[in-house]
Amino acid sequence: MSEAANPAISLEKSNADQTKNAKTLFGFWVYIMTDCVLFASLFATYAVLHRNTFGGPSGETLFSLPNVLAETLMLLTSSFTCGLGILAARAKHKNKVLFWFLVTFVLGAGFLFLELTEFRHLVITGNSWRRSGFLSAFFTLVGTHGLHISIGLLWLAVLLAKITSKGLSKNNLRQLTLFSIFWHFLDIIWIFIFTIVYLMGALGK
Amino acid sequence: MSKQADIIISEHEANEGSFRNYVSGFVLSIFLTLGAYLMVVHHSFSADKIVAAIVGLALCQFLVQMLFFLHLGKETKPRWKLFVLLFMIVIVLILVFGSIWIMNNLNYRMTPEQINTYLNNQGGGF
Amino acid sequence: MDYFAGVLGKLNTHVFPTDKVTLGAAISIILGGLLALAFLTYTKRWKWLWKEWLTSVDPKRIGVMYIIVGLLMLLRGLVDALMMRAQQATSVGTSHGVVSVSTFQQLFSAHGTIMIFFMAMGLMFGLINLVVPMMIGSRDVAFPFMNLTSFWLFAAGMILINLSLGIGQFSAAGWLAYPPLSELRFSPGVGVDYWIWSLQIAGIGSLLSGINFFVTIIKMRCRGMNLMKMPLFVWSVLCTNLLIMFAFPILTVTLTLLFLDRTMGMHFFTSGFGGNPMMYVNLIWAWGHPEVYILILPAFGIYSEVVATFSRKRLFGYTSMVWALAAITILSFSVWLHHFFTMGAGADVNGFFGIMTMVIAIPTGVKIFNWLATMFRGRIHFASPMYWFMGFVGLFTVGGVAGVVMSVPPADFQLHNSLFLVAHFHTMIVGGVVFGYLAGITYWFPKIFGFRLNERLGKWSFWCWFIGFLLAFIPLYILGLMGATRRIDHYSASLGWQPLFIVSAIGAAIIAVGVGIFILQIIVSIFKRKDNIDYTGDPWNGRTLEWSIPSPAPSYNFAIEPVVSSRDPFWESKHLSKDVQPEVPHYKSITMPKNSSIAPIIGALSVAFGFGMIWHVWWLTIISLVAVIVSIIIRLSDDNTDYVIPASQVEKIELSYKEKRALAPKEKYA
Repeated sequence: MSEAANPAISLEKSNADQTKNAKTLFGFWVYIMTDCVLFASLFATYAVLHRNTFGGPSGETLFSLPNVLAETLMLLTSSFTCGLGILAARAKHKNKVLFWFLVTFVLGAGFLFLELTEFRHLVITGNSWRRSGFLSAFFTLVGTHGLHISIGLLWLAVLLAKITSKGLSKNNLRQLTLFSIFWHFLDIIWIFIFTIVYLMGALGK
Repeated sequence: MSKQADIIISEHEANEGSFRNYVSGFVLSIFLTLGAYLMVVHHSFSADKIVAAIVGLALCQFLVQMLFFLHLGKETKPRWKLFVLLFMIVIVLILVFGSIWIMNNLNYRMTPEQINTYLNNQGGGF
Repeated sequence: MDYFAGVLGKLNTHVFPTDKVTLGAAISIILGGLLALAFLTYTKRWKWLWKEWLTSVDPKRIGVMYIIVGLLMLLRGLVDALMMRAQQATSVGTSHGVVSVSTFQQLFSAHGTIMIFFMAMGLMFGLINLVVPMMIGSRDVAFPFMNLTSFWLFAAGMILINLSLGIGQFSAAGWLAYPPLSELRFSPGVGVDYWIWSLQIAGIGSLLSGINFFVTIIKMRCRGMNLMKMPLFVWSVLCTNLLIMFAFPILTVTLTLLFLDRTMGMHFFTSGFGGNPMMYVNLIWAWGHPEVYILILPAFGIYSEVVATFSRKRLFGYTSMVWALAAITILSFSVWLHHFFTMGAGADVNGFFGIMTMVIAIPTGVKIFNWLATMFRGRIHFASPMYWFMGFVGLFTVGGVAGVVMSVPPADFQLHNSLFLVAHFHTMIVGGVVFGYLAGITYWFPKIFGFRLNERLGKWSFWCWFIGFLLAFIPLYILGLMGATRRIDHYSASLGWQPLFIVSAIGAAIIAVGVGIFILQIIVSIFKRKDNIDYTGDPWNGRTLEWSIPSPAPSYNFAIEPVVSSRDPFWESKHLSKDVQPEVPHYKSITMPKNSSIAPIIGALSVAFGFGMIWHVWWLTIISLVAVIVSIIIRLSDDNTDYVIPASQVEKIELSYKEKRALAPKEKYA
């Protein structure tokens, strides 16, 4: 009896798929938790080193709050559009999926562009990561977040290409869900960077 | 066999949110973000109080995004995702606040003058 | 010459070793490798090796590969140790011993790094891979491809650290590479970079394995096995994985920050420009303390299994054992400052961490009492795994008490970084971790290979290890109390230390004999395997599920997924007729994951990436990183990663095992 014809085997296969989904989603969540500890180590380092400006300017002077607000709102909106994309994926609307995730990509790329502009400005004005412990910690913490965003954008690009060619297959749906968890988590990390690095930095704390 | 299938299906549903969830999460997050930003920009009360307020707002936004974007409240028992999340939070608190406490305390046996002299005399850079 | 300078980074013709000792070591390793390659070619086993082992996602195969690497690294670390003992026994007064100062510094750095990261972690992941899926009634781990990739990342780190012997040099900054010594100014060579990258790559493998086995245990237990029915070994692995998942990211960050200081001119840990070297010490031990619990908890789990099986009695105090594991897990994140009491913190900080260190000894004590209570009134059979346990109980208690002495900060001010400390942690690691893993290897060997190891050689190996350990380390406790610091390559004759160092060297030589006998045991047992065949799959009268399947275990472990209703389910099924398998089996086809050639490729690319990072060969770094990303994308796009074993073939395999069982001699247990 062929596998396709036997309904008992198809049911087993679909159960196996759902178990695979459950395992993969849980495993990815657990990985995200470990990534949080990674960021926590960077936050701890920043907390310890942020006053070590070695006579140079501190965050109070260096940070441009309007720029940071723009970044924050862009990333937050991209997290929202990512959610809308997931809803479209559940409803199996391939075109809506592509649209919302494209918007997510553009907003994410915009965030990255603003961040790189900020970094470039700091480097040009002599405030690179080589200047002090504070700046080393700043560039590494914020830069690691930016690196995660870049990897996310690469992942999204590959995913969108696969969805365009192969449609909303089981694998692609699973990967979209994983991506969305990753993307939401990056926005949550940004909440803390925004508050602890930029806002508290601007207050001189 | 069917019990296992039920568990699998409800786990799947646990990851779903509704349109309302995402919109609420988004709007709340905007308010929490703008609130913190405006507090800092207008600097209407003491820096320490503002810090406490913006940290509080950040924690609120963390909770909002956890519940509305990551659907944390929807997990069915056994709540393993919640368990690892809480464990992680405990470790993070120990690591971050432990490190801050320890590193500050290393100046225990120095006077403020000595600390200043040390910080200002850092030549070299190796 | 200038044109090539960019292409080859820091590489030049002077990177090869010139001193006899290092050169000798490098040449021996190369010769050994060539011998292995020649053997493979002569016996035409290349294809077999690739198909059956290097690309296999079967955790039993992966486990064996980890253990082989772990044992090889044990040999390398042992040679480092012997040279250190030889040096310290002879380098007194006017004599300067057998190795140069810089070699000695590389020796103690390599010894510690290799033993912890490649010997202990290797044996640990090996045993976890071998046993955990079977113990929980599962056919596989949660993420088989990631499992194999983790092994290859581990192997890549091992390859890098061994490359340092022949190309360039290794770190001379100790196994933890504290700055400022490990910063560019005081370690301008590539040694520290080798250290950083071999650990970073192996560390990522460890983190992925931690996630893998955590999800496996949570999600893939067989029906009926709720948490409080899991074997203690599985509980210990669950806790270990929690520790791995939340400690290793700290190591990843710390290694990266040191790398950024050295390569991108950053100032995290530099002695100027606002850096703080003490932050490194803080972070590295925030990882480092959980790391030692990562090493010991699986060993505790092994002891729980071994003691219950060979006492023919249920483990005493199952619930308290589980709570003790949980307590140790959470507490291990709250004691790390005890590694640097002397760094300058005040009494309140030192006092807090001192008390927490004392507290964490308590659950360990609970476990020791529970093991002893398990033995009490049991019908004890002293097979060689029990020997390792008995050695552990005595040694670990003494070493642990030495640790409690040092948990008192004022006492630690005298003993920190003395040989007393060195003796303490070796007692814990050798007496606790290594003895446990050697017991585990002996205990589970028949399940994987279908025959038992030679008992007599196993016991002789134990006695050499045990007596050798006492001779090697009791002198170090005494020397530490007399004021001897660690890592000294020369001391004055008037101190009167030499006799103790000589005794210690003799002890180390006896340990080396013990290691040799252990290896001999494996070789002899392979040649004489027909004398020790495990016909039934249950050579020790075991209690847990892995003994319910044939030996060597089939690739799918369980032809029929078991259903359990109690602890020690196999014991219950043997003695209380609560069967784990149905009387008349109805075989179904089984879906298993296919082999993966991408995993070893990722390993090879990681070696290239690490090598490029170390020697600043940037084009190599970029190409290999891109290739790794492309490999991952290829793998994630592969929709066809499983194969099916048809029911008829399962039936045939199971039938052949039944026939083998029928051949078993009447009297079963030795």
